[in-house]
Amino acid sequence: MKLRDLLHFSLRTITSYPARSFLIMLAMALGVAAVIILTALGDGARQYVVNEFSSIGTNLIIVLPGRAETAGSFPGAVMGQTPRDLTLEDAHWVGRLPQVRRYAPLNVGVAELSATGKLREVTLMGTTAEIFPIRHMKLAQGRFLSHSGENSAQIVLGAKIAQEFFPDGNALGQRVRLGDRRFLVTGIMAVQGESMGFNSDELVIIPIQHAQTLLNTTSLFRLLIETRHHNEIENAKEAIHQALIRRHDGEDDVTVIAHDAVLATFDRILRALTLGVAGIAVISLAVAGILVMNVMLVSVSQRTAEIGLLKAIGTPASAIRHIFLAEAVWLSVTGAFAGFVLGQAGSWLLRLAYPLLPAWPPLWANFAGIAVAVLAGVLAGLLPAIRAAKLDPVMALSKR
Amino acid sequence: MIQLSGITRIFHMGDQAIHALDHIDLTIESGEYVSIMGPSGSGKSTLLNVIGLLDRPDSGHYLLDGRNVTDLSETEQAQVRREKIGFVFQSFHLIPRLTAAENIELPLILTGMPPADRKIRIMETLQAFNLSDRAHHRPAELSGGQRQRVAIARATILRPTALLADEPTGNLDHRIGSEVAALLEALNQTGTTLIVVTHDRELGSRARRRIAMRDGQIDVDER
Repeated sequence: MKLRDLLHFSLRTITSYPARSFLIMLAMALGVAAVIILTALGDGARQYVVNEFSSIGTNLIIVLPGRAETAGSFPGAVMGQTPRDLTLEDAHWVGRLPQVRRYAPLNVGVAELSATGKLREVTLMGTTAEIFPIRHMKLAQGRFLSHSGENSAQIVLGAKIAQEFFPDGNALGQRVRLGDRRFLVTGIMAVQGESMGFNSDELVIIPIQHAQTLLNTTSLFRLLIETRHHNEIENAKEAIHQALIRRHDGEDDVTVIAHDAVLATFDRILRALTLGVAGIAVISLAVAGILVMNVMLVSVSQRTAEIGLLKAIGTPASAIRHIFLAEAVWLSVTGAFAGFVLGQAGSWLLRLAYPLLPAWPPLWANFAGIAVAVLAGVLAGLLPAIRAAKLDPVMALSKR
Repeated sequence: MIQLSGITRIFHMGDQAIHALDHIDLTIESGEYVSIMGPSGSGKSTLLNVIGLLDRPDSGHYLLDGRNVTDLSETEQAQVRREKIGFVFQSFHLIPRLTAAENIELPLILTGMPPADRKIRIMETLQAFNLSDRAHHRPAELSGGQRQRVAIARATILRPTALLADEPTGNLDHRIGSEVAALLEALNQTGTTLIVVTHDRELGSRARRRIAMRDGQIDVDER
C-alpha cells in the first residue's frame, strides 16, 4: 500500500466520524494550546522581570551594610544595624577605585512634606547627582540635583507628588518644607510608575547630606556602584569588598551583590517556573494521548468485520497496522496544529490584555508542544494498531 | 488447481475437541464449478476458509497451483490471497463509508497500482457489472443485489484463479439470488474456478460438481 493511498484511506475514516474525530482533536489541541499559553505566560513574566532589572543597568554593584551570612550572630543585625556603619566616607573611598565609573550613596526614609497649605508623608531618597544616570531616571521639568550645589537645599519631586501639591504645574522654583527644613524645588521627575518595588512617582529626592541630617543617621542604606565595563564586574566586586574590609579594620561587615547575580537568579527561578508549568501542561497531552488510544481501541472493535475483509482481500498485517497508525497520526497532527494556532491566539490575547507582559511563547515550547502531542498520538495508536493486525480473519469476518 | 491431502482442523470447545475437518482429501481442477453443501457444523465453511488461506489446518498439505501454501508466513499468505483468491460473503462485507467505486478499488490500492491506471480499471469493471450509475453511492444506498454485485466486482477485479463464495445468495430474495448465481457462473465460464458453499439445494444443484459434507468429512462427491 502506497503512503499516499494510506493517508487518503485513513483520512476518509476520520472524516466519516466527524463528531468523534473533532472531540479527540479538541483534546489534543487544548493540550498543545495549554503548553504554549502557559509557557508564554511564564516566559513573559521572566522577560518582564529581566527587563525591569536591566533598566537599572547591568554593570551595577550594590553594597549593603551588614553581612548576610552572620545576620544572627549579633543582636543588632535583626534591626538592620551593624557594629560598623557604611558611611558616606566609605562611599567616597570606594568611588576612587579605578574600576568604578559612577557611584551613588543612598539613604531612604519617611518625612512630612508640606507646601501650599497641604501636608502628607512621603518617602524621601537622599542621594547624589550620580544616581540619575545609574538608574536611568527621566526628568519632566527642571534639572536634577546639581553636582556643584550638593550642599544646597534642593529637592526633586516625583510626578505624583508634584501634581498633588502643585496642580497648576508651577512647582519649579517653589519652596516646600520637608521635616523641619525648607527646600527649593529644582526638578520634577517624569512619570515612571512602579520599578523594583519603588514607586518613583511618589518619591522626593534630596541631597544626601540633608537626608542624613533629617533622618539623623550617618549610615547609608545602600551604595550603588556602576563599573566601567560589564566584563570586569566580578573583579570590581572583589576590589570593592576588599577596600571596605580594609577600611573597617579587617572586619567583613558589608554585603556586596553584583546586580547581574540577582538578575541571573531571577532568570533561573522564572525559567524553572516556566518549565514546571509546561510540565503540568504536558500532562494534559498525555491525557489526550490516552483518549486517542481509547477511541482507537473502540474503533478497532467496531470495525472488526472491516479488518476481517481487509485480511480476506489480502492486506498484510503490516498494512493494517499502518492504517490504524495513520489514523492516530492524522488525529494528533491536526489536533496539534489546531492547538498551535489556538496557543498563538491565546498568547496574543494575553499580550493584548497585559501590554506590559511580553507573553511570547518561546520557540522550544511551540516545538515541544507539537512534538509531544504527535508522539503521544502515535504511541497511543500503536496498541490498537497491533491489536487490529493480530485479529483472526475468520473470527473477524463472522462479526457483523 | 487446488489439491488438499489429509487436511485436519480441530476446534477446542472447553475440553472437547471438535474435528471441523477430518482428514480431507480433495482435488479441484482449474475452471471447475463446485458446490459444497451440508448441515450447520459439517465443516463446509471451515473447508472454504482453509482453501482461501484464511484458516490454517492443524495437519495435512495444501498445494495451490502446485505450490505448497500450508507453511507460508502470514505475509506470504496475504499475497497469495490477493493474487489468486477472491471472496464473496453472505453479508457482502462492503466498507460502509466508502462508495461502490472505492470499495472496488481496495484490492488495486493494495497492489500499489498508480491512481490513473486504477481509475481506468474501475470504470471498466463498473461497466462490466452494470454498476456505472451507482459508482458514487455508498452501500447503504444500494439494493442487496447491487451490493453483492459490488462485492463480486471487488473479488474479481484482480482476476483471481479461484472465486470462493460463502452463501452468496443467503441475504437476497429468490429472483435477485438467481441473478447473482448467474453472474458467478458467467465468471466461471471465463475460466475462474468457482466454489460455492450453501444451504440452498437449488443453488447447490446448479453446480457441475456437488460435494456434500457431514461431520468434517466428505460424504458425497458427484459430478
